Amino acid sequence: MGLDALKRSLWVFHINTGSCNGCDIEIIAALTPRYDAERFGVKLVGSPRHADVLLVTGPVTRKMKERLIRAYEQMPEPKIVVVVGNCGSTGGVFYESYNLEGPIDKIIPVDIYVPGCPPRPEAIIHGLAKAWEKLEGMKKCKQQNL
Amino acid sequence: MFNILHVAAHSIFIITLALLLSLLFNGLERKLIARMQARIGPPIIQPFLDIKKLFIKENIVPANSIKWLFNAMPLVALASALLLFLYMPFAGMPPLLQAHGDLILVLYLFIIPPLALAIGAFASASPYASIGAQREIVLMMSYEFVLSVVVIAFAWLLSFSHAGAYAFSFDTLTAYPIWNLVDGIGKLGVALLLVSALAVFPAKVAKLPADISEAKTEIAEGVLVEYSGRNLALLLMAQAVQALAFASLIVALFFPWNISAFLALPSIFALIADFIFFLVKTFAIMFASLILVSAATARLKVDQAARIYIYYVFLLALFGLAFIGLDRLLVM
Ligand code: SF4
Repeated sequence: MGLDALKRSLWVFHINTGSCNGCDIEIIAALTPRYDAERFGVKLVGSPRHADVLLVTGPVTRKMKERLIRAYEQMPEPKIVVVVGNCGSTGGVFYESYNLEGPIDKIIPVDIYVPGCPPRPEAIIHGLAKAWEKLEGMKKCKQQNL
Repeated sequence: MFNILHVAAHSIFIITLALLLSLLFNGLERKLIARMQARIGPPIIQPFLDIKKLFIKENIVPANSIKWLFNAMPLVALASALLLFLYMPFAGMPPLLQAHGDLILVLYLFIIPPLALAIGAFASASPYASIGAQREIVLMMSYEFVLSVVVIAFAWLLSFSHAGAYAFSFDTLTAYPIWNLVDGIGKLGVALLLVSALAVFPAKVAKLPADISEAKTEIAEGVLVEYSGRNLALLLMAQAVQALAFASLIVALFFPWNISAFLALPSIFALIADFIFFLVKTFAIMFASLILVSAATARLKVDQAARIYIYYVFLLALFGLAFIGLDRLLVM
């Protein structure tokens, strides 16, 4: 059993680090009957201990920095971080605001960026598919001892 | 010596079968709920994929937990849930260890997995987990009443109608289906008992509307919050096994018939027919009291759920008992 066990079963923990809530609604939309991410085995879980993917939205306010690190550290390996939305990737509309510590990749290692303000649910699902690809890549590297 | 080996091999077979079946039923449940919500839903083998994945994940033990307790409880939960199948009629066959245990033992074994879950949660030292564990215990104390009334009704009736037989053994329960022992108002009583036992089902396996102890959006999965990796996989398996076990308990109590008795098939086909009939029965029970209900309802508060079980469902079961008593009076 290698990393490909993760392929059809990605459990997602969603953390909001001060977003405008636009991206969060789009994440919920990805779970609704129209897009139904559960058919790929994607499930939203309530505890970082259960998660394989940390889905982060928002530009990371000062108060949220510590909490974000803590949630990241609470996740069991192997784990992947997916940033949803422009403001998490670059600061977006909150760029150079006085109370930001972000963007997210200054604080925790990010694997996948899903741009958009907010991105469409298809884009979020596509991001998760990229996460699988990344895990596949990790597996190949391991096999070739890279 | 040979006998011990035989029993060991047989129990391993039963346990593996029960584990596979319960995960399969769990997948079917997720699929059906998705279909009812107009979604496509995960593949039926999704629980297997999830369990497989959880086994390769890191197994985190929180720093200030009681480590041995935290690690032991998932094993205890799964083991006692699987043990149930050795003492209950399973797949149309009489229980393997029926000389060693009866209905009362089975009821006690049913208490262990939720209790183990609660103890593990307390041991994890997470405030969310202890809220979940407290809720689990409150809920348990409210529904166990109902189950005991159901069991007492059965034993009481059997001790009247077949005074010589041991009323608590599954043998007796299978030999004398309860519906044949009563008529008229007594049948209504048995139906009320059935309804109250079915009402306990969601609480027993922590599914909507009674998934109060692990409310995901409210207390971050409650009792399960600190569990990850292998431990979480064991707990999820224990829950799935418990659901199948409770469904087969209801089958054993209320619908103990085997189809081969009506069809007069040769022995090997009779086994297969009984097995399929058992699957149909357990699935019907699960569908009626778990899948339909949890697709259609939202979570209750813990005090609401406790009140419903202590007052209404308990009263329903008592009425069932009273009707059966009335029926006995009319017969005499
Ligand atoms: S990316 Fe845009 S929509 Fe998403 S949280 Fe940031 S500001 Fe809101």
